[in-house]
Amino acid sequence: MATTLNIIESAYRATIEEQDDTIVWITHAMKGAGAELSVLLRGNAVNYCVTGQKAPEISFGAWQQTHAAQIDQDLIALMGKGVPVYVMEEDLAKRGISLSELISGVKTVNREGLLDLIENHDRIWHW
Amino acid sequence: MSEKKTLTFCLMDPPFENARTTTALRLIDTAVRRGHNVNIFAYEGAVGVPFSKQSAHANKVHGFEADEWNHPLPKDWVSEIMKHAEKAGSKVDWINCGLCVDERGMNEAVPGVRRGTPGDLVNWANTSDNTLIIPTK
Repeated sequence: MATTLNIIESAYRATIEEQDDTIVWITHAMKGAGAELSVLLRGNAVNYCVTGQKAPEISFGAWQQTHAAQIDQDLIALMGKGVPVYVMEEDLAKRGISLSELISGVKTVNREGLLDLIENHDRIWHW
Repeated sequence: MSEKKTLTFCLMDPPFENARTTTALRLIDTAVRRGHNVNIFAYEGAVGVPFSKQSAHANKVHGFEADEWNHPLPKDWVSEIMKHAEKAGSKVDWINCGLCVDERGMNEAVPGVRRGTPGDLVNWANTSDNTLIIPTK
């Protein structure tokens, strides 16, 4: 079975109205359809690993959101389904995010390790 | 002609917002003209690209009525690509992600477009010679 590395770099795209990160979501769906996938978070998307984040529910008039995005939890669920989640160390450092703030189970990778990660996958999809 | 390949594209951008949509369709058109089979998985806003209810408008700033201005409509580009594929002996298969269609209310698409799921992208990736993801930013 071919392995795919989904690199997620654009962050918080439509996460309010979608109530998901659309690439974390489709990764989950593709895993369910039998794909072998890993996720690498880079750029602003490294923030997805910060534990305890929750978007406040939005409201317009009488309309009240009931399932605001909880992307850190979605990543935990993804790892629970057997999808490894990696995060770029340098991008965390640039943003002042310490390793102690991250959800459990995510694996850090630096620029040197990135080459091995890419070489260990058959397909590289950059979102 | 080079050996016939099967290429899969995944698009995310809606029509009319940036050059990625046009560039993607040009790549797809080139692949079809070269005789390759092409699969397109339209995710998120890209389900709007083949939306059949797109309609042209006038451009009063430039002094043109609708029929004179001939506003490009990506749905027509998609239809032309499919017509050319038929003549060239290539196969073009366009799937709109169904949930993305639902949330946008874009159920009407030009002929040749069908509804599907992320499982279709997985199947195509496994059976294509290569897959190109063109994400929105």
